[in-house]
Amino acid sequence: MKKWITALTAVAVVSGVYAEMSVDEIVNKANQASYYAGKDGKADVEMKIIDKSGSERTREFTLLRMNFEGGDQKFYVYFKKPADLYKQIFRVWKKVGEGENDVRQMFLPALNLNREIAPGDKRTSFVGSDFVYEDVSGRNLNDDVHELAETTDTQYVIKNTPKDPGSVEFSHYTIRIDKETFLPRKAEYFDKNGKLYRTVEATKVETIQGYPTVIESVVSDLNTGGKTVNTFSNIQYDIGLNEQIFDTTNERSLRRPPREVTR
Amino acid sequence: MDFKKYIPNISSCSLCPSAERVVQISLMSLLAASATYALDTELHGFVDGRGGYRTQNDPYEDERSLSELRLQLDSKTYFDWGEFSARGDFVYDDLADDIEKVDLENGDGFFDLRELNLLFTPVDWSDVKIGRQILTWGTGDLIFINDLFPKDWNSFLLGRDEEYLKAPSDALFASFFPSIGTIDVAYSPRMDADRYVDGRRVSYWNPMQQSIAGQNAVIDAERRDEWFKDYEMSARFYRPVLSWEGALYFYNGFWKSPVGGNANGAYFPRMNAYGASAKGSAGKGLANVEIGYYDSREESGPTQFVPNDEFRFLTGYEREVAKNLTAGVQYYLEWMMDHDGYEQEYNAMYGTTATARDEFRHLLTLRLTKMLMNQNLTLSLFTFYSPSDNDAYFRPIITYKISDHWKVTANGNFFVGESDYTFFGQFKYNSNVNLGVRYSF
Repeated sequence: MKKWITALTAVAVVSGVYAEMSVDEIVNKANQASYYAGKDGKADVEMKIIDKSGSERTREFTLLRMNFEGGDQKFYVYFKKPADLYKQIFRVWKKVGEGENDVRQMFLPALNLNREIAPGDKRTSFVGSDFVYEDVSGRNLNDDVHELAETTDTQYVIKNTPKDPGSVEFSHYTIRIDKETFLPRKAEYFDKNGKLYRTVEATKVETIQGYPTVIESVVSDLNTGGKTVNTFSNIQYDIGLNEQIFDTTNERSLRRPPREVTR
Repeated sequence: MDFKKYIPNISSCSLCPSAERVVQISLMSLLAASATYALDTELHGFVDGRGGYRTQNDPYEDERSLSELRLQLDSKTYFDWGEFSARGDFVYDDLADDIEKVDLENGDGFFDLRELNLLFTPVDWSDVKIGRQILTWGTGDLIFINDLFPKDWNSFLLGRDEEYLKAPSDALFASFFPSIGTIDVAYSPRMDADRYVDGRRVSYWNPMQQSIAGQNAVIDAERRDEWFKDYEMSARFYRPVLSWEGALYFYNGFWKSPVGGNANGAYFPRMNAYGASAKGSAGKGLANVEIGYYDSREESGPTQFVPNDEFRFLTGYEREVAKNLTAGVQYYLEWMMDHDGYEQEYNAMYGTTATARDEFRHLLTLRLTKMLMNQNLTLSLFTFYSPSDNDAYFRPIITYKISDHWKVTANGNFFVGESDYTFFGQFKYNSNVNLGVRYSF
């Protein structure tokens, strides 16, 4: 009987916590869980771009990430496949501050050239896949108004409406967030006519070094019938990466890529 | 292993034995790299076939502008202490004068060595790369002021892949990383000249003849090839300035093309360059500005002609103007010092000033790039237009990636100009169209 009471209390307390959590808290925790795990991180990524007819293109790259104070993040992407992207490096300094542009750089080894990429539209395709830049580095939370649309036994359903509808191709999108891990499991994008046209799903999740981690995700474009499958392997957190790797004011790690990506 | 049998007739080459040695070394390293599994080695490359035609008759050049097949092998080997890179092209060029004559300096012959270098970190605050390498810096898009590393203008004008605009340097390249910024120093013990327009493949304005010339007047300038005497030294210092990147440049060497003339013909006069640049984001795009002063270190006289000092200025802005459409504009200025003196010398030599250069050359460029079909189709157009020379150069390129391995390219190089003697006008008979197919592995 005593056990029962304890269990019930626990449930009550937990649901109490759930109930009291504001939308902003949920969204913040989900953002932390999906993009900020660890102080830094590394993963090998295989990206399969599959068109309607079933023909496939593959991108392989190693991704390094480091978190900075205030929510800024830096990414270092080292391409291994396909052959025409081999050894190319893509660096991003994601800035979350109001009105600040991300820094994006592409290093072309054949020319030994570090090219800055015009900031531009974050809703454009990442290396020809169905993922857009914002899927990779995370959409700024301040760009949307968030509402808790539904709470199920296991998930929160958040409706997100852009503050500047002209800057994006969707009218709104919903995200289903796991109550337990706070990982977003499925996002559904609706066009200006309210029709569902795009989904992003976390299809496999594992816990790595204590961090719930998406190890497979799929984007489907319902208009084109194409999809992209991302598979993550060799995931590591809290490696103690050298900050200089990400330093966009310095070309050292472009001219000599770190062992973390070449090996 | 006897590598000689894989190198037919190389002993007839004029630069042997050094060329032979380099070819052997690179072949060995490529083979060793690909065969030795114990080493941490990657081997990649491509096969690229390209053909092109002139779109008009050129009285001094072939009708075909390109007809070649190349195999590039690119190997990288990782050690705990550094990296070893070897990259070279085996070329069958149907239009070459003598395909068997390998010249690693100007890229002639069946083998062009692009890279053969060792990169290591002798101390924590410095990286060193020694050997053959591609060097680049500066802020311009296809315009170079302080990047005085060698360019291959023939490849560029004839429509090879853009990576071939950069010719290799044989250099020691050291970078230092003090807290105040980054210092890069490149030292080439022998000058690495541009693979300049010499008339063999591309016709050009010849001031001696006061007309366009080509294979009838091939420029064969004496090379600056004395070790440690004909050296080049380039340095750059760069660091963040507010939220931009600021840089200072210095160069000590030679005019990169043989723009001087003396009793022996065309030659490479001495030159220093001093410059600065800044780049960063502005509004929704990227902006850059770069200046340079070319300090000609020799004097013109009765027996020799050298270019005057020049001030050069560049500014540019690039941004995404619509989804998957990027536009970049640049303004560039060449300002010749002591233009009166130049005109007097020019008149004394050629008996006219009508074909002399202007004091100011203004140039505008526009790059438009549109990506379509999941970025597998790229349409790009780069335009150079000079209102002062009244000439222009259009570079349309269409690239389609058929698969992860296959890529096809169609491109054109079109030159128009009012006069035969202006920078782009002189190339008017070289306008060409090309088709290329590449398999990458």
